[in-house]
Amino acid sequence: MYVAVKGGERAIDHAHAWLAEERRGDRDVAELGVDQIREQMTLAVNRVMAEGSLYDPDLAALAIKQSRGDLIEAIFLIRAYRTTLPRFGGSNPVDTAAMACDRRVSATFKDAPGGQVLGPTFDYTHRLLDFKLAADGEVAEMPQTEPNAGETPHIMGFLDREDLIQSEPAGAEKPDDLTRSPLELPASRALRLQALTRGDEGFILGMAYSTQRGYARNHAFVAELRIGAVAVEMDIPELGFAIDIGEITLTECETVNQFTGSKTEPPQFTRGYGLVFGMAERKAISMALVDRALRWKELGEDNLGAPAQDEEFVLYHADNIQATGFLEHIKLPHYVDFQSELELIRKLRREAQAGSQAGEQAEGKGPSGGSLTGKMKEGVAS
Amino acid sequence: MNMMNSEIDPNAPRKSWLGLLAKSPAAEIARLWTAYDTHPDHSILRAPEIGGVMVRGRAGAVGAAFNLGEMSVTRASVKLGCGTVGHGYVQGRSKDHALQTALIDALMQTEAATQVEAAILAPLRKARDTAKATRAAKAAATKVDFFTMVRGED
Repeated sequence: MYVAVKGGERAIDHAHAWLAEERRGDRDVAELGVDQIREQMTLAVNRVMAEGSLYDPDLAALAIKQSRGDLIEAIFLIRAYRTTLPRFGGSNPVDTAAMACDRRVSATFKDAPGGQVLGPTFDYTHRLLDFKLAADGEVAEMPQTEPNAGETPHIMGFLDREDLIQSEPAGAEKPDDLTRSPLELPASRALRLQALTRGDEGFILGMAYSTQRGYARNHAFVAELRIGAVAVEMDIPELGFAIDIGEITLTECETVNQFTGSKTEPPQFTRGYGLVFGMAERKAISMALVDRALRWKELGEDNLGAPAQDEEFVLYHADNIQATGFLEHIKLPHYVDFQSELELIRKLRREAQAGSQAGEQAEGKGPSGGSLTGKMKEGVAS
Repeated sequence: MNMMNSEIDPNAPRKSWLGLLAKSPAAEIARLWTAYDTHPDHSILRAPEIGGVMVRGRAGAVGAAFNLGEMSVTRASVKLGCGTVGHGYVQGRSKDHALQTALIDALMQTEAATQVEAAILAPLRKARDTAKATRAAKAAATKVDFFTMVRGED
């Protein structure tokens, strides 16, 4: 028998009202503005844009406010909003060589043209709590220096010229799109990169870390890490030519990886690539390491059975909205499912008891038989 | 490279002002437009519409294209009384931004171009250049100057 149950509406309404109240917190404390979140919680905003897969700092800030700072909930809100937008088209691939770099460092070449530019980094801070921030918000003007007029070329270009690095094959001009068709395996590199860039930062970081600890180690050097603004250009049909439709901040990481050669490839350096919305270097470096691990097949490497080499494992578990949706649904009512489980266990217990009584009568022995129902009974009792 | 393009590409000037308008802050354009507004006779060909554009990157910066994620974009089109059509495609979700961009784009193709250039585009360009230069100067201040320490003998 199935009985439909109604009656949660009032409780739900009240729960939402309380949520709104708790979100606001102590009313003696000034309310947080969306613009304050956008300007002062920038890296949280960046993460929500990257994993929400929509570059819009105002919306990401709003989502963070609405979700009380629960970033996965905020990402969920952005993903949901994103699906309501009509798609005007796809941009031309961004030209990261032309990036106006806030930060640009190389771990492989000290004297790279364009130099080592640290930018607004946490590196070299002592990670000591700064109690001045709790007291006042005064910030001293930072010094400025005349920028050098020269370009900041990609470091990989130098290795490429010497033919020491694997070259990147061209692909389809209109790449496969995860948001348009379900992920199928084996996935193209374009699909893998899309899944990684919108994947959960913690998951991608953990996967990347596993390669460093020895699960498909790929000996990565950060050849270049750059953060800055790039123009987004798109062909406009009604104009008949391409124009810049905006400017976004990106983090790009290129790794150069040791490679002793394989059955199909000569000894050379290989590449891993990370490109992420906003200032997100932990994510970009992680993405590059995992990208490289997933390329074992095209480079003719051995499958070591490591998790980071397993395309299915990585790509199907990287999305925190899919993961949280499936995980959190188990807290919702499963009364009928559980009722049937309960019935089953009761039935098995009855059968097991009846069976053992019959056995005792027949053989005069205890209930510890090797039968399936006997094992079930032990499992239930323990 | 841009200067070379403008010599051979007849669309370069329009490309340049549309790009400038798309990337400039909506509030700044609104302020300059309100100050300039000559209320040109026009009809709306396409009402402002908010949508998304899939931003693409390249694997290894130079290889195969891949989808990075979307950005919000608003577009609009207008037609002046004289028949000139203007289009606006701008970053973000401001309908005024898209509509004002379309009107400015249309006016820039008419005799009003010189005035619009002086009243709206020139200040926007200056603000953009200043902002870019300031950021570049801050970045330059964080550039590492290596010096080598002599170690050991000889």
